[in-house]
Amino acid sequence: MSEPQTPTAAAQNNHRPRLSLGPISYYWPKAQIDAFYAMVAEAPVDIVYLGETICSKRNQVRHEDWLAIAERLAEHGKEVVLSTLTLLEAESELKRLRAICEQTQFMVEANDMGAVHLLAGRPFAIGPSVNCYNDRTLAVLAKQGLKRWALPVELTHETLEQMQQAKPDGVETEVMAYGRLPLAYSARCFTARHKDLPKDDCRDACLDYPDGLVVKTQDEQAFLVLNGIQTQSAHTVNLLAELPTMRQLGVDILRISPQATQMEQVIALFDQALRAALDPAEASAQLNALMPVGPCDGYWHGEAGMAATAKLAPAAH
Amino acid sequence: MELVCPAGNLPALKAAVDNGANAVYIGFRDDTNARHFAGLNFAPNKMVEGIRYARAKGVRVFIALNTYPRPDSFNRFEQAVDRAAELGVDALIAADIGVLDYASRTHPKLNLHLSVQGSATNYEALRFYREQFGIRRAVLPRVLSISQVKHVIDQSPVEIEVFAFGSLCVMVEGRCILSSYATGRSPNTYGACSPASHVEWIETDSGLDTRLGGVLIQRHPKGENVGYPTLCKGTFNTDGRIDHAIEDAVSLNAMELLPEMVAAGVKAVKIEGRQRSPVYVAQVTKIWREALDSFARNPSSFAPKPEWTAALGKVSEGAQTTLGPYHRPWQ
Repeated sequence: MSEPQTPTAAAQNNHRPRLSLGPISYYWPKAQIDAFYAMVAEAPVDIVYLGETICSKRNQVRHEDWLAIAERLAEHGKEVVLSTLTLLEAESELKRLRAICEQTQFMVEANDMGAVHLLAGRPFAIGPSVNCYNDRTLAVLAKQGLKRWALPVELTHETLEQMQQAKPDGVETEVMAYGRLPLAYSARCFTARHKDLPKDDCRDACLDYPDGLVVKTQDEQAFLVLNGIQTQSAHTVNLLAELPTMRQLGVDILRISPQATQMEQVIALFDQALRAALDPAEASAQLNALMPVGPCDGYWHGEAGMAATAKLAPAAH
Repeated sequence: MELVCPAGNLPALKAAVDNGANAVYIGFRDDTNARHFAGLNFAPNKMVEGIRYARAKGVRVFIALNTYPRPDSFNRFEQAVDRAAELGVDALIAADIGVLDYASRTHPKLNLHLSVQGSATNYEALRFYREQFGIRRAVLPRVLSISQVKHVIDQSPVEIEVFAFGSLCVMVEGRCILSSYATGRSPNTYGACSPASHVEWIETDSGLDTRLGGVLIQRHPKGENVGYPTLCKGTFNTDGRIDHAIEDAVSLNAMELLPEMVAAGVKAVKIEGRQRSPVYVAQVTKIWREALDSFARNPSSFAPKPEWTAALGKVSEGAQTTLGPYHRPWQ
């Protein structure tokens, strides 16, 4: 790939990716979720993904409540997409999945192939946990009705470029540009385990950790985050400085994954960079101060995911 | 019940065949399979020889082609599918949708199994792979309880194979990129977890540190047994508590659940360990063969013999075994 464009050249580029807000991956009290989406309704995001994607035991917000939030956001002009559970084991989980897939008011983001099966024949999106590593996979899913795919977070901009060149018509590309990286899913709940509680009687252990529970190495490096059955990166991916490259590659949507605090500022920085009101590198540097631990961008550049390359802090290099 | 055994090279394949495997699974010598380790797997001529050896003794051969190609490597995967078809293998074990699509279109007679790396934990997902690619069997991720396995089988359009023995992934296979987060290389993209190329062993005043991609995974006091630094089995500091935050260093041994697996309708049990020695393969295959035969002779009184359990314990990682997700003490 050629060198990324300068900000000036990027500003001349007409391609303006839209901004999306991914599903909340943590377990927050209902009042916090309601307040969050009241803020989002007024915020400059174009697309909002809603729903519980991690654990079916999290029940602060029920299916009908999600639909009510969805309708309110739609009234505020947001495109709303309903996200499905990532790890489906029990029949009760499949039942809830069917309820989401059977409604036709909002598009659905499938986070498991079971959801893809239920959605086949209708327009749908796939989230970053559906393994779509090549254009041949995209072509198969496009025949099923795929309208939007998310780049698996461990892939590089070079792979994205290859995918973009061969992508079927009518399929949009979304890249997770901000948030703690989803790294793994297990049947075991690590948060309950940390509290010596059985998973079936976890007493809503995740409510105590609105940004997840940080796992440090024994030499005190923040490394991972436990979020129920999910493991995330402790560091927050930040690809805002890559905006010129993403414009060049024709990325349709940049995704922000919610964190418990500072989200208004995070969204504002993305919005300013997308409107070319702020230099992406400058906006990126400001973002780094808003993260629970700090930034990373290794995957995009073909390095270890946790790596923070020089692109993240140009001023320091 | 079919006994499916690992073979990382020709001597291991012969060990599996000679000790009672019904099927062996093998891989090409590259990143097209999830045990892409230096010196492991089959060069073309060895693969032909291995297949001939197994066939002569009535043992089936499966080829694992179960990583996820990116666009620039897809062509190599196509060639690998073609090669597997030419070799006339009994099944191709694949995970990637593009690879399954190519295989089912180009070689409609090739028997396809969905790899554990395909992350299918529910029958709706299995229906997708059956309808799209005509898969005949799926290997379930090591995350379901035995009752959940039974529920999947009751509704599944394909036969089900489960892991019965060996190293234990606590994460859903195909959905874990912890390894690439620390090293840049994951099972999905590279075919290896916590690759040896990124491991460092560093002697300190107090003992030995093991690092993966520079990240401290284990800190061993002097004299303590030192295990391989698989990332999810590391010892970390969570809120001041220093322990195995994710998973203990234990292995799966589901032998005592054999009657329940048969009752649930499991068609095949899989032994993990293509990276292990021919001696391991021989021992584990022999014991599992005895167990399956013992169960077949007298299902109602089956119990693992203490000497089997002891022998299997000795070859297990961490020398401790668990029933893992199947009985879920933590749930």
